[in-house]
Amino acid sequence: MNVTQATRLVAEREIRVKLRDRTFLFGTLFFLLIAAAGTILPPLFAGSPDTVAVTQEAAGPLRDAGLDVRVVADDRAAEQAVRDGDVDAAVVAGPKVLAMDDSPTDVVQALSTSPPVQLLDPDAVNPVVAFLVPFVFAFVFFITSQTFGVQIAQSVIEEKQTRIVEILVAAVPVRALLAGKVVAGAILAFAQIALIAVVAVIGLQIGDSGGLLTLLAPAIGWFVPFFLLGFVLLAAMWAAAGALANRQEDIAAVSTPVQLAVMLPFFAVIFLNDNDTAMRVLSYVPFSSPTAMPLRLFTGNAAGWEPIVSLVILLVAAGAFLLAGARVYEGSLLRTNGRTSLLTAWRERETIG
Amino acid sequence: MTRTLRLDGVDRSFGDRQVLKNVSFEVAAGRMTGFVGANGAGKTTTMRIILGVLSADAGEVSWGGTALTRQDRRRFGYMPEERGLYPKMTTREQVAYLGRLHGLDAAAARRATDALLDRVGLGERGNDLLETLSLGNQQRAQIAAALVHDPEVLVLDEPFSGLDPLAVDTVVAVLRERASAGAPVLFSSHQLDVVERLCDDLVIIGDGEIRAAGSRQQLRDSYTVPRYELVVAGDAGWVRDHPGVTLVELDGPRVVFDLPAGGDEQPVLQAALDRGPVRAFSPVSPSLTEIFREVTQ
Repeated sequence: MNVTQATRLVAEREIRVKLRDRTFLFGTLFFLLIAAAGTILPPLFAGSPDTVAVTQEAAGPLRDAGLDVRVVADDRAAEQAVRDGDVDAAVVAGPKVLAMDDSPTDVVQALSTSPPVQLLDPDAVNPVVAFLVPFVFAFVFFITSQTFGVQIAQSVIEEKQTRIVEILVAAVPVRALLAGKVVAGAILAFAQIALIAVVAVIGLQIGDSGGLLTLLAPAIGWFVPFFLLGFVLLAAMWAAAGALANRQEDIAAVSTPVQLAVMLPFFAVIFLNDNDTAMRVLSYVPFSSPTAMPLRLFTGNAAGWEPIVSLVILLVAAGAFLLAGARVYEGSLLRTNGRTSLLTAWRERETIG
Repeated sequence: MTRTLRLDGVDRSFGDRQVLKNVSFEVAAGRMTGFVGANGAGKTTTMRIILGVLSADAGEVSWGGTALTRQDRRRFGYMPEERGLYPKMTTREQVAYLGRLHGLDAAAARRATDALLDRVGLGERGNDLLETLSLGNQQRAQIAAALVHDPEVLVLDEPFSGLDPLAVDTVVAVLRERASAGAPVLFSSHQLDVVERLCDDLVIIGDGEIRAAGSRQQLRDSYTVPRYELVVAGDAGWVRDHPGVTLVELDGPRVVFDLPAGGDEQPVLQAALDRGPVRAFSPVSPSLTEIFREVTQ
């Protein structure tokens, strides 16, 4: 049996245990409900078109504009319908638009002629969407790497705390243990996100917001490799942090640097997403590039080669952190007397192979 | 199988403290070798080095004449001093998992697990989560975990500590079975009476150095001054005045005495016969505890 087979066995166990964990299952279900609600409900709340009361002669253009037209006998009846709250607005002779307390934009637009508009940058994004998308990307990466990272650390500590680690280390190489946990975490995290994405896409179709999907597709496509590499990077840090601890209670203390490495890029991307220079820098820094680069691609601010360079940097960083994480993991896994300092763990390479 | 597990000149330090100094001994195939020493003498460190859980600073561990590889070690069975399995997994599932990590395929691991759980008396509790088992049953599960892959060599750190008497019998039976099938079995213990009862060979470690090693009988022969017990018809008080005798114990007609190394016991017997009837005269084998005190002091 080689490292790959051992890694696979370890990953299989991690996944099997996780799939029986109620907290994990309910958490996933909760996210799915949010995804479904968030995509299906808003178009429903957007409501039906305005109702407008009008006499037979004036009804034509309003119908063409997609308004809900109620034909009434005369202008007096139209005004009464507005006062009674039966309709949102009425169009009477003049033409004049009647409404209670809110100027009915749709009705006014239907009766006006607009000058022709030529868009010079037709891809530019709706500002609301431009505000929401960075938030969603950063949030998905933040939440996922946080929850699954903590779980990786917990699983490392469990093996240390129960001392089963000594049997494991005698049987398989330490790096297979580390790799198995990272792989299992990545698979579970990715599967969870994919599931949520599928529900969100179906939701967008049902809610008839399919256009947004076309707009998002390239950014999502790039988000996948960035997400995976970024996850591996953080997972290696979480595993090493877990190995430094000795009891589940220590986890908060040892994971502070990892928490910062997740938190700071998250807030940086959220708060600086309209600052071009900051985003350019963030899109190359390994910890923030998984969210910042897909974002710049989404807003159309990145050249075609940029994500590739950033991805290579992330790949190198993930590899380096994996090696460093494995070394710390090896150096601290068998130290079961209290917390191990990072320096000690780095110096001590206990096990053979 | 006539393969031997050998340690040659193994050194190991933790920081400035050298815990193993030039440790060399053998564990012969088919024999139960007891590994004894005071707390902190280096037993656990030695066993961890054999299993590759720790590395040696110098020296070598070999199996059948060649240096141990990870592939060899995967066919070893190991019970660490500090016990533990996954609390949230069933016994059956984790024993099978450990079997697979040791190289069994899924079907073989399942078969071996079922057979072993029955053997250690956990057949009916196999599908319970480990954390719901009693401590004694968790120990049985631990034994199953060490044996699931039918190991070629057994290294057990304090296998009897914390076991109830029934479980001790089960473990002893299983270990004897493995030894008579030709596997070298190395087990540590600080319960010297248990070791005395079980082991064929003995390795005594003190302060990181091997103080004595060999078969139980060899050690008895070579590590004690000649000691004899004499029972006569009358009072045995006169023995104290016999030349060369060191009195150990005197109780009316019964006396236990030591002679200087190489001393002849026959003159004492002759003197006793001259005084009257002799009911008993025999050499006294030292207990393991006495040998242990002598070599580790």
